[in-house]
Amino acid sequence: MDPKLLVTIILFGPLIGAAVAGLFGRRLGDTVSMAVTTGFLMLSAVLSWVVFSQWTWGGLQPFLVTYAPFITVGNFVSNWSFRLDGLSAVMLVVVTTVSSLVHLYSWGYMAEDGSKPRFFSYLSLFTFAMLALISASDFMQLFFGWEGVGLASYLLIGFWFHKPTANAAAIKAFVVNRVGDFGFALGIMTVFWAYGTIQFAPLFPQIGASVPRGWDFAGGHFALVDLACSLLFVGAMGKSAQFFLHTWLPDAMEGPTPVSALIHAATMVTAGVYMVCLLSPMFEYAPVAKHIVVVIGAVTALFAATVALTQNDIKRVIAYSTCSQLGYMFMAAGVGAYQASMFHLFTHAFFKALLFLGAGSVIHGMAHEQDMRRYGGLAKYLPVTFAVMTIGTIAITGLGIPGLELGFAGFYSKDSIIRAAYSAGAAGDPLGYFAFVMAVFVAGLTAFYSWRLAFFTFNGHARWTSEDLEHHWHNRDHVHDDTHGDHAHADTHAEPDHAGHGRGHEHKPHESPWTMRLPLILLSIGAVFAGFAFTEKFIGVDHIAFWKGAIFAAANNHVLVEHEAPWWIAQSPLIVSVVGLLVAAYMYILREGMGARLAAQGGPLYEFFYNKWFFDELYQATFVRGAQWLGDLFWKGGDQRIIDGLGPDGISALSVQVGKGVGRIQSGYVYHYAFVMLLGVAGLLTYALWAWNA
Amino acid sequence: MPLLSLITFAPLVGVATILGLRLTARADDAKNINATKWIALVTTLATLALSVLLVARYNPNDWGFQFVEETPWFAGIAYRMGVDGISVLFVLLTAFLMPLCIAASWKTIETRIHEYMIAFLLLETLVIGVFCALDLVVFYVFFEFGLVPMFLIIGIWGGQRRIYAAFKFFLYTLLGSVLMLAAILFMIGTAHTSSIPELMNYHFSPAVQTWLWLAFFASFAVKMPMWPVHTWLPDAHVEAPTAGSVILAGILLKMGGYGLLRFSLPMFPDASHLFTPLIFAMSVIAVIYTSLVAFRQTDVKKLIAYSSVAHMGLVTMAIFSGNAQGVQGAIYQMLSHGVISGALFLCVGVIYDRMHTREIDFYGGLVNRMPWYAAVFMLFSMGNVGLPGTSGFVGEILSVVGAYKASTWTAILATTGVILSAVYMLTLYRRVVMGTITNPKLEAITDLENREIAIFTPLIVATLYLGVQPNAVFNLTAASVDHLVRVYQATTGG
Repeated sequence: MDPKLLVTIILFGPLIGAAVAGLFGRRLGDTVSMAVTTGFLMLSAVLSWVVFSQWTWGGLQPFLVTYAPFITVGNFVSNWSFRLDGLSAVMLVVVTTVSSLVHLYSWGYMAEDGSKPRFFSYLSLFTFAMLALISASDFMQLFFGWEGVGLASYLLIGFWFHKPTANAAAIKAFVVNRVGDFGFALGIMTVFWAYGTIQFAPLFPQIGASVPRGWDFAGGHFALVDLACSLLFVGAMGKSAQFFLHTWLPDAMEGPTPVSALIHAATMVTAGVYMVCLLSPMFEYAPVAKHIVVVIGAVTALFAATVALTQNDIKRVIAYSTCSQLGYMFMAAGVGAYQASMFHLFTHAFFKALLFLGAGSVIHGMAHEQDMRRYGGLAKYLPVTFAVMTIGTIAITGLGIPGLELGFAGFYSKDSIIRAAYSAGAAGDPLGYFAFVMAVFVAGLTAFYSWRLAFFTFNGHARWTSEDLEHHWHNRDHVHDDTHGDHAHADTHAEPDHAGHGRGHEHKPHESPWTMRLPLILLSIGAVFAGFAFTEKFIGVDHIAFWKGAIFAAANNHVLVEHEAPWWIAQSPLIVSVVGLLVAAYMYILREGMGARLAAQGGPLYEFFYNKWFFDELYQATFVRGAQWLGDLFWKGGDQRIIDGLGPDGISALSVQVGKGVGRIQSGYVYHYAFVMLLGVAGLLTYALWAWNA
Repeated sequence: MPLLSLITFAPLVGVATILGLRLTARADDAKNINATKWIALVTTLATLALSVLLVARYNPNDWGFQFVEETPWFAGIAYRMGVDGISVLFVLLTAFLMPLCIAASWKTIETRIHEYMIAFLLLETLVIGVFCALDLVVFYVFFEFGLVPMFLIIGIWGGQRRIYAAFKFFLYTLLGSVLMLAAILFMIGTAHTSSIPELMNYHFSPAVQTWLWLAFFASFAVKMPMWPVHTWLPDAHVEAPTAGSVILAGILLKMGGYGLLRFSLPMFPDASHLFTPLIFAMSVIAVIYTSLVAFRQTDVKKLIAYSSVAHMGLVTMAIFSGNAQGVQGAIYQMLSHGVISGALFLCVGVIYDRMHTREIDFYGGLVNRMPWYAAVFMLFSMGNVGLPGTSGFVGEILSVVGAYKASTWTAILATTGVILSAVYMLTLYRRVVMGTITNPKLEAITDLENREIAIFTPLIVATLYLGVQPNAVFNLTAASVDHLVRVYQATTGG
């Protein structure tokens, strides 16, 4: 079939599904709504793989389908279109594969929920917006998809609208993303006025020649390309939850777990990375902006990993892990290894969706308990979940066999980032070495918190039996509940209990139904093989033929080329991963209970990490309080006291004294008004007559 | 066929018929009242049909005034009518919103229904007249008389504090009108013509322009309304009946923006250029200040009213950016705001009709009983925060793009509005719609009825269609806006 038709079906199928389930869901019933949305997504996924294989092995060339004009004002021109190139081909399979599996998974996970059509409609709507984002050929459609996925994210985080914490988290996600979009929008404006276009195709060839240009912005004078890229990157920071704008992502875990897997792990949050890679023809000419990307990425990777070490909510650990891995992708993009960045995005989608859905399976089996301190010894109750989570953990920690160069997905992609960072350093970029050191160090932390999660959940003693709960919990609860009295939502997050699943019951963990197990198994295949199968295409010998020009590398950018390095440099990621694994095994299997004891002792560093570096408290005290204070000041001080007090109310007070009777004032003013107006018209006519006849 | 006069005065046919009904029967005759409503609805629908015909027959390639009618009156003053690409849109917007307002008042207005319908039909004639007038005197008459029906709608069918609100409305508007009247007198005396097209080609000296500009600005700034002369609007909205708020936000505010585009920019370009920094300052203050004030409101209607002021701040800023993107953005923002804020006031009306309170804290958890209402309210909330895919986005982005060219600081500050609007709008939505029902009075609240769905449907279609196909509008406005901008830039050297 014509690939242009294929991508059109891929794009609009989910939209049709969303519309059907959203508008007619209650009439059609749950099963039909679920079948329609899931069916369209499965179709999109199959067709995406058709397009992707034609792209990878069949010699399909980049193309553009233009559906209709969007905005045309002077040279501010945007079209509704589908741009297929190496980047969007990769994203197509990532988005539709994970989305279709999440749709299927939700049949089981959401089985007891009362508003399934709404849920599936939102999921499909999200997929449509995400596809519109990745296929944009100009900044306006990109922005449309960008905010469209934000809307879907907002709706899905707040899906359980009776939970106050979910509503708060939904608003937080939307608003923090808007802060990012604020920068994004200013970046688009800068691009438009500097280059006279917002379409990628005419824009990119102009960048090289514009390097010497300066640009006045907010009273300062900047290098044009650096300024534009930095502003656009603020948008990427919001969407991809990077340092300063990351606070919404952990809270987004209030949404149902399939949502976390799809939106807040595999797809939407990677949109920022995608944007930077898409704009490689700009970033390659923006050395300062690239350094900003590296530093933000590295700091985020470190920050999120340190927080993940200490969290007890299974979803929050994975959320911080996502945040940290996104930092890796930005580090890669920042040193110029966009291919490695996209490769990690690709493999991460499989193993992170797997980890989230696995966590969802555990939560499902544990009556919606999310606190790992109430897990333990679950391997024999949830054997499939245990197996796939172990695969996911091996994949994220990047374990592989040295010498043979054989490993699970993360082994290839994460190592490629670390190697590229080292190459950048060797090529003379000091931030390359910085990124290298950070990436290796964080790889150790990643191994520790990932294995901690696995061991804490599946190994050791069961901590969920009722007598054990008494024993284990009595002292622990106080330590944190006192420190976070005003942050009820910061600690444990039980998803809503359904009938018969109350926590008080003696409840035996159970494995999930096939609708949930099948996606887990399929994703674990991806987590095992995605790296091995595609490493040559994404970053190896075939990468030029694979990307077909979608990624631009400046003439002096050779980060993908291997540099001679001592053996310990090449093997360092593996070494730290093994160390992380061993420490976690020691603390959570050999000396079970040691983690809890250390946590109970606290210490300033532990408190700092456990409280997420106190970002929420800081933002609450400054931005939230500040806005409330200013709002009240302007309203009560500005509007009521100054403007009204000196203006209408002052005069009103006078006239009430004169007029007294309320009714008379009312009708009186109508007449006064009409009178003054007639007087005006009369005066005007008189004057006109006089003026002409004079 | 004098199409413009036909459109302008078509509502008067309805007025005459209703007057006849009112005089021939007892005021509380149910049959009579029902007939009144139907006559009003049919009249507005007929006006809408004529307006659609007008747009269909409008030639978008010609930037000048079309459908021009001119009948000499006396002393050089003539009954001159005509529309260009800018005003034709506002005629359509007015004709589009009016039938919805009549339908929205169907059950909620219980007293003096004849008079109420007459007031609305009169208002329609006067407002359309404002947008069609090509003579200063005719314009002034429509512009000023248009306030009388609005004043009555607030003062008679309004809420508890309607007297205070009507008084405030009156006081502000009076201030502006007197100054504008003086300026009009002066212009006619100096230029010896009251024809708007001729005055557009007349060059007032820069010093004279300054004074004339300020006088017109006083009137338009109050209408928009711009900070700091905005405080009448929240009170007027709060007290006005739902349909009154729709017209106030949807159309009357646009008369200010229309005036700036029709008079200030083309007739006083040097003064406009001179005062651009002032406009920018007032506009960004409006965006930030009123957004923050909106955030702290406890009354649903007041919150949306303050949000209107913030959105109009973008419009004034964009008009004076003086480039095609900005001016198109301003026009689009006005059009979009007319639809979206009208719809939001109707959303408030839905729950006010059921519960008779606008207190935000009274509500909460409506989604449990009113899922369709929740969906509709969500859509328009998203339109209000300028989500791409809704009409709100197109106007906002073009407005700030236009401003960026003139002043990056202005664009930066105005763009913070996208953050602030999300803050107050989503907070409102959460407090009213989300959560569980805690107020027992809400237990029995009912979802949208068919009449309400019929009112919202055209607004939903308009919001989404204008969100993805804005070129349908830009094709209409492009020639006139390009001409306006070209002349303005040539004069000011911008």
